[in-house]
Amino acid sequence: MSNWVTIRGRRLSFQVPRRTIAVLAALFLVNVIVMIACIGFGSTFISPLAVIRSLLGIGDSSNDMIIFTLRMPRVVIAVMVGSMLAVSGALLQGIVRNPLTSPDVIGISGGASLGTIVFILYFSHVSIRFMPISSIAGAFGAALLIYLFAYRGGITPLRLVLIGIGMATALTAVSYMLILTASFTPTAVAVKAFTFMTGSIYGVSWTKDVLTLLPWLVVLMPVALIYARHLNVQELGDEVAASVGSSVNAKRTMLLFVSVALAGAAVAIGGTINFIGLMAPHIARKLVGPAYGGVIPVSALIGSLVLLLSDLVARVAFIPLDIPAGVFTAAVGAPFFVYLLYRHRHS
Amino acid sequence: MKGASRVSAIQADKLTLSYGKKPIFSDLDLRIPEGRITVFIGSNGCGKSTLLRSLARLLKPEQGTVLLGGSEIAKLSGKEIARRLAILPQGPLAPEGLTVHQLVKQGRYPYQSFLQQWSREDEAMVNKALQATGMDELAGRSIDSLSGGQRQRAWIAMTLAQNTSTILLDEPTTFLDMAHQIEILDLLFDLNERENRTVAMVLHDINLACRYAHHIVAVKAGAVYAEGAPEEIVDEKLIREVFGMECQVTRDPILGTPLVIPYGKGRKVTARE
Repeated sequence: MSNWVTIRGRRLSFQVPRRTIAVLAALFLVNVIVMIACIGFGSTFISPLAVIRSLLGIGDSSNDMIIFTLRMPRVVIAVMVGSMLAVSGALLQGIVRNPLTSPDVIGISGGASLGTIVFILYFSHVSIRFMPISSIAGAFGAALLIYLFAYRGGITPLRLVLIGIGMATALTAVSYMLILTASFTPTAVAVKAFTFMTGSIYGVSWTKDVLTLLPWLVVLMPVALIYARHLNVQELGDEVAASVGSSVNAKRTMLLFVSVALAGAAVAIGGTINFIGLMAPHIARKLVGPAYGGVIPVSALIGSLVLLLSDLVARVAFIPLDIPAGVFTAAVGAPFFVYLLYRHRHS
Repeated sequence: MKGASRVSAIQADKLTLSYGKKPIFSDLDLRIPEGRITVFIGSNGCGKSTLLRSLARLLKPEQGTVLLGGSEIAKLSGKEIARRLAILPQGPLAPEGLTVHQLVKQGRYPYQSFLQQWSREDEAMVNKALQATGMDELAGRSIDSLSGGQRQRAWIAMTLAQNTSTILLDEPTTFLDMAHQIEILDLLFDLNERENRTVAMVLHDINLACRYAHHIVAVKAGAVYAEGAPEEIVDEKLIREVFGMECQVTRDPILGTPLVIPYGKGRKVTARE
């Protein structure tokens, strides 16, 4: 049996490893099962069967209320934010050819959360709908600063990473300083800002959060997939990429734009949920190898799975307390980062 | 000169190159003869790699033009160039876990689009490249698991999949043991013989350069010191001027090409009667 599935039509042709198809199908199934579990667990337990009945529109009305207004939006947001952070990280790791990179490590998420903190502290009288815009602007601001500092007739990966790490630290410091020194900040607002800094998808709603995030996801994810083959040649080094005819800097700028926008939009809704962008692409590469046509969708499904599970634990383990999901992604992610540092200690 | 009478695959006119602010070549004219093997030799840091990279548009010249098969390279699109000319840079690195097949596939990039990622021609060319380099058996292996020689063959297969008439290589034999150096150079020699591809490369080993090259370009301190067939230009004077080394030039007992034997020190063994 061949290891590849070849699809050829009149205008299109693709070659997909059989393994990637199997992994995608399995991860999709696991995601669905975990989603049903996430909808079921909580202060009121709803059995998987009852969840499925409600989803099919034949459940009882008290369950419907809990499922559709309280738990579903949160589950859907976990899927969206998790997958967007994961794909953002996958793109970024490819762009800078550095496996120790992710939007939170190099300061893009830091910029997004600074944008959001500024909004929470100073513009809370303005409609909450503008909050994501402030956050995405922050992400682009940070990316632009990193770019300006790192650009010297081209961007070398190492320079980008070093400047990014400094930027991440500085931006987080500025965020905390703003929260702590704004003397007029009511405690409630400060708590909200701190919760946001840890990354929480508590109390999200269809209209406020899901609909705000959806357009970004729908536009950016396909672009990421279309650009997968450009990223594949960039992974071989700038000179090889140029040798096979890729316009390296133009493609890289576009990829950076997509990665930053994905992270910025995800942070606006989910807060600074760390390490998903770092971990998911690594797990994806272990499963399907380094080709980006596979890494991007597999990362998305893993990112979604990690955030679903983290949020489930955060929500259920300490009832009635609702812990920010970011605490648990960090609990898994920080040791993983240390492991990566250890493994790459010689390179 | 033999080379000059042939058609040029690549022609450089009045090329001025700098690396940062440091000028390296000025007003350089050069021709890479079509269908031949050209080898650049010279001491470390003489600019031969820079020159090769500028011929492949990886380095923009300050002044002057590079013509690829008669058309100005600066006016061609990246993909157009990539369908005519492939360059393998020195010591390329593949991402962890990439298989030989996945690497060789990337050579098809200039022929692909988002919807056409694996045409019949792509498949045929990749298979041909794998066969020509003897890598078909190893196609499913990851690059990191290969020996140095096999790895270099995989990269050469990628440039072959580009299906270009001209291939440039920057020190393709560096870090390889002698057997693997010969293996790589034999492969390039065969490609030139059988498919009439133009090969131009930088080599460190003068004796191997003399053995495989039809045309040698000796570079010294930002200028071409001499060029021509090895048997016509490689002598004691050239080695002294270009490499700053005293030697005796004799003939390779197997192929008759020039063989450079350095003076310098070493044990002396007198043959037993």
